[in-house]
This record gives sequence, C-alpha cells and structure tokens, in this order.
Amino acid sequence: MFSAIIVLGLLALTFGLLLGFIAIKFKVEGDPLVEKIDAVLPQTQCGQCGYPGCKPYAQAIANETADINQCPPGGETTIIALADLLDREPKPLNPENGEESGKTVVYIDEQTCIGCTLCIQACPIDAIAGAAKQMHTVIESECTGCNLCIPPCPVDCIIIKPVNETIDSWQWDKPNAIAEAKS
Amino acid sequence: MIKNLFKFPGGVHVSQFKDLSIHEKVEPAKLPSKLVLPLHQHIGAAAEPCVEIGELVLKGQKIASANGYVSAPIHAPTSGTIEDIGDYPIAHPSGMSAPCIVIKPDGDDKWIELESHASDYSSIDPSHLRNIIRRAGIVGLGGAGFPTYIKHNPGPDGSVDTLIINGSECEPYITCDDSLMRDRPDEIVCGIRIIKHALNAKHVVVAIEDNKPEAFQAIKKALADFDDESIEAVQIPTIYPAGSEKQLIYTVTGKEVPQNSLPINISIVCQNIGTTAAVYRAINHGEPLISRYVTVTGDIHQPKNLEVLFGTPINELVDQCGGVKGSVRRLIIGGPMMGFAMHQLNLPVIKTTNCVLIDAKESKAFKTRDFAMPCIRCGSCAEACPAGLIPQQLYWYSKSQEFDKAQDYNLYDCIECGCCDYVCPSKIPLVQYYRFAKAEIWKRELEMQKSNTARQRHEFHQFRVEREKAEKAEKHRQKKAALQAKENANKDDIKTGKEADPKKAAILAAMERAKAKKAEPKNTDNLTEAQKKLIAEIDAKRAKQRNAASQAKPTNEDSKDSNNS
Repeated sequence: MFSAIIVLGLLALTFGLLLGFIAIKFKVEGDPLVEKIDAVLPQTQCGQCGYPGCKPYAQAIANETADINQCPPGGETTIIALADLLDREPKPLNPENGEESGKTVVYIDEQTCIGCTLCIQACPIDAIAGAAKQMHTVIESECTGCNLCIPPCPVDCIIIKPVNETIDSWQWDKPNAIAEAKS
Repeated sequence: MIKNLFKFPGGVHVSQFKDLSIHEKVEPAKLPSKLVLPLHQHIGAAAEPCVEIGELVLKGQKIASANGYVSAPIHAPTSGTIEDIGDYPIAHPSGMSAPCIVIKPDGDDKWIELESHASDYSSIDPSHLRNIIRRAGIVGLGGAGFPTYIKHNPGPDGSVDTLIINGSECEPYITCDDSLMRDRPDEIVCGIRIIKHALNAKHVVVAIEDNKPEAFQAIKKALADFDDESIEAVQIPTIYPAGSEKQLIYTVTGKEVPQNSLPINISIVCQNIGTTAAVYRAINHGEPLISRYVTVTGDIHQPKNLEVLFGTPINELVDQCGGVKGSVRRLIIGGPMMGFAMHQLNLPVIKTTNCVLIDAKESKAFKTRDFAMPCIRCGSCAEACPAGLIPQQLYWYSKSQEFDKAQDYNLYDCIECGCCDYVCPSKIPLVQYYRFAKAEIWKRELEMQKSNTARQRHEFHQFRVEREKAEKAEKHRQKKAALQAKENANKDDIKTGKEADPKKAAILAAMERAKAKKAEPKNTDNLTEAQKKLIAEIDAKRAKQRNAASQAKPTNEDSKDSNNS
C-alpha cells in the first residue's frame, strides 16, 4: 500500500512540476479573446460605442459588459463577425450608438485654419500634420473618419468628405438575386 | 519539335461567327474629329501626361510617360493639338470616366522624326531591345495589356526554354489576329525573331487554331523564308479557351503553370501575335504603338477589321462599317465570352480593345440574362471548367459570401473564361459571382490592412501621449528640485555670508545702499523754532481736515504726509 502511495505521490509531484514549468514557460501574455475581438473591430477609434477606443470596447465585450452591436463604423459586417467569433446571435446595430454610414474622411479648409493644434491633439491616430500657428493638414490615406477632430475646432474649418468610388476602387456587384429568383 | 499536343480539361465548342468579319479587306479607320486617349490603357500604374493643353504634337510623339516599373508611355496617334486633359468616359465595366488626353487632329498626319534602329536586331543587346520596346509603349495586345518589356526579361537563367506565340484567338467573333497573320506574316515573323533574341529562347512555337488555315499557311510560308528550325508553327484544335495563356501552355508543352506563379517560372513566355508585329514596328522602324487591328462585328451592316488609331471613338468605327442593324441594346468590348457590356458608343479604342461587338435589340444572337433558374447541381460546369475547378461549389460559397471556403476551392485560379456560364442550363451568371467574390476578398483584405495600420498608429499615439506626459512631469519635477536647491543655497549663503552668485550680490548691494540712504539726514532735521512752529500749525490744520474726512474714509495718509511735509 505504501509503495502505491509513494508511486502515486511521485507521479503527482512530477506532473505538478511539469505543469507548473509549462505554465511559466508558455505563459500567454494578455487576454487572447480581447485581441481577437479587437482584430475584428474597424479601428476607427471613434468612441461611438461609448468606450474610449476599439481596444476598450473589445475589453468590454470580452467582459460581457458591452453588447456586440455598438459599432456603427463596422456596421453589419462587424456585428456578424463578432457574432461568429463569440458564438452569439447577430442583432441589428444599436441606434443609440449611431447609424451605419458610408466611409468618410475629413478635410481641413486651409484658408480658415488658424493653427491652434486642437485637432492634432484630438486625432486618435496622429493623422493630422501641423504645428502651432502653422496650417494643418489631414493625411487622407490614414484618416479613419472618426470625426473626433471636429468638435474641438474653434473655427469650424474641418469638413467631412465622403470617400467616393473611383475607377480603381470600383468592383463588380453581386449578381442580382431577385433577377435570379424571378423565373 | 512538337510531336504531340496535350488536351487541357474542359473547354467548350462555341459557335464561331468569325466568318462575319474575316472576308472583308482590312482598311484603316477614318481619321476621327478628335482622339480621346485614356492614361490608363494597360495593367499597372496610369501614365503621366507630359504635354500641355494647346500644345502641338506630331504623330508618334510621347504625350504621357510611364509612371513606375509596371506602366507604359502613350504616344500621339496622329499630329494635332492637345485640346484637353481631363476626365472622359472610357471603356471600363464600371461605366465611369477616367483621365484622358484629347487630341484634335490637324489632318496632316505628320510623323515625328523616328529613331530607326539597326535593321539587324541581333546586333542589339537584349536589355537595349527591352528599353526600345518599353519606350515604344508596347503592351500585350491580347487583352490584358501587361507591359511587354517586363515579359521580355528572361530572368536569372538568361534564357527561356519555350516562347509561345499565341495566334489561337479562341473567342467567337474576333478575327483581328487572324487578319493580321494573313496581312503581315513577314512582320510577325520578324517580330518573333526579335523577341526570341531578346529572351534568348531555345524554342519558339507559333500556336494557331485549326479554324484559321489561311493564317497558318501564311505564317508557315513566312517562316520558311527564314529557314530557322527553332521556330515552328503548329495547328492546335479549335476549342474555347485554347488561347488562354495557361491552357495554351498546357496544350503545347503539357506543363501546368503552378498556382500563384507565372509562366516564366517554368521557363515559358507567351506573346500575342499583335504584340510581335508591334515589336517589329518598334525595332525596325522606330514606331511607337499607336494603332491596332480591331474587329468591328455583331449586328452591323458590314462587319470587318479596321486598323484603328488609339483614341478613336467606337461610334465612328461603327459608322464606317455601315452602322447598326436596328437599335443598340449594348456594346460588348472584347468577345462574347469574356468581354464586358457598355451602354454608350462614344468610347475610345485603347491598346487592349481587340473587338467591338454590337448587340442589337432586334437580334437574338446573344443569350440574355434576364432570369436565372436555381442551380440543379448537374455538374456541367465542372466538366467544362478548363482550370479544373468546381464552379458550382465556388458559386454557392460566393453567393453566401463564405469567401474563406471559396478560396479553399481555389477561387483565384478561375480565369473567368465563362465556360461554366455558357454550359449552365439554369443560366446562372456564374462568372459574375466569382468576380464579385474576388473583388470582395480584395476589398476586405485592404480594409484589414488599413485597420491594422490604424491600430498601430493609435497604439503609438497612446504611447506618445503617455511619453509626453511623463516627460512633462519629469521636467516639472526637475525644475522644482532646482528651485528648492537654489533656495537652500540662498539660505546657506546668507548664513555663511558668502556671495557666490553675482546677481545675489548685486541685490544685496542695492539693499545696503537703500539702508544707507535711509540713515542719511533728512530736511526735517536741524530746523529753527519758527519752522517747527509752522509745521506744528500746518499739521494741526491738516489733522482737523482729516478728522472731518476720516469718519467716512479712513486712510493711512498720516505717514506719507508727515514724510512729505
């Protein structure tokens, strides 16, 4: 009987040490679920969800303190992707957070800009170039269309511009399902 | 020598309709009232205009230069004035406008002075040949418009095994390559020899479908004149899409181009017939690419091939061919299998326009797409697919937007040839689904990249804000510490009587002086009795007045008054 206890005890010790070692050696940094949710979000950092950025919203979804339908820039695509990821039912976008709209960027009217740098401080992705008392310009290719720079502007010189489809960004439409069903 | 040919999977036998346009003699298209030249006529970056509005240009003069490696310059197709540089409708499936250069011809058709290169191409270094081809703005004339000079790079080996000249022209209706082979076999063969030299190709095969016997005989005769055994012409069976690059390579060599790979990776290069003729014109005559053969066919009175200057509006070509039989339903650019429909005729011919096909409302030649029945899983599409794919699975996944699965079924190997569409008994627009799926995957990929950049930028922004805060706090702390140290030092100085700081010393000296001044005798000292009496009187008087006023407004003027008096 003693031998059995010793053998089992040794086994328990060996596996305990092994598991302990693995837990330290292969420790997962951060919360992988938050990372996964964050990857699905559109990264506009606009705060329309009620959180100060995409990562905090991802954190809130992971903690189940926020719902998956609070991201207007992501819209339906993001909601479906989140529902897939978290194995939940997709639901329509919460109207309290805003409406899904086409992609936009902002544009600074350089004639009116007084160079106050307030928009530069407001931009969550540093996509506005300029300095105090110097004209500011939006780096259009980096702008996510979060519109966070608009409220601080004291002279209202920031304009929202829709991203128009060009011949290069044009793509084939999905064939009309209605025409197909009509038979 | 090619001993036996290989049969690629699938393919369809389609009605040819090539008789419509092949019998008429090729004639040059009439000089139009204006030429509209899109800046983007090829795969790669759009060219950049190098002329200004109002400038006079000569035929063959460069009007837009290549922008980057994968790009091609554009030349003036005739002499005239630059009328405008701006957006005009072009032949693109989106129906949108794009930047174009408009030339108003002066009618002289005067050539710019051409730099004729040695008639003996073999003395020219291959890399120099490539440069001439590049400067001539030559792109693949088969339909894709890939800049030719890039294809003419044999790679690190310095040579390629097989150069295949594509004369199969498998799409119905189109006969421009057929006409070119009949009209100019010598130019084509010269062009082939130049490309062979540029590529250092060991073996050249001119592949012509067996429905073009005249063209085959013409090329064969021209080849016989040169007596070059490494170049041979072969007839390949007529089956659509035998002229597609990958299928043609398989037919001729039995080799498959691996996935996500180019023919050059298996030491094969494919060139279109039209491109070879253009290369000949560029090397032997110094002429840039400014015109091509275009088949004008379909529901028109005299379908034929025309030699068209780029930028010529299609409606003028249709007029030259006797006009439309009835009213236009749509215009198809390219062939009926792979072309795209446009709904206006005032569009310019560009480098890749091989065929202009008119579909009239009155004709029943084209299968219309007004309705589609459900997929019955008959499998005909899989039998017809020349790429060996399973079109119906791709269709399901594309339709339900399960793009990952569509990619698992090798969506990107689809060449969009339209065989599956053609055989589908339910008339489902399959290729359109694949195009949609491909575009959507690209779009999502781009969005993903963009959001990743935004994330990185946001993280850096947060890091920067934190860093600046920390820096500010650190600065503040340092300042405070310095101030404290100074104060401490001050106290020490006073205690020890040291005057280390000159500033402090100056202040101290000033203070000393003020003290000394205070000690000096004032004018109130050493007064006579009479003066003292007067002062006392005045003081008493002032005190009286003050008492009266001080009830309402108490002041501290006492000290001042006493000093001043």
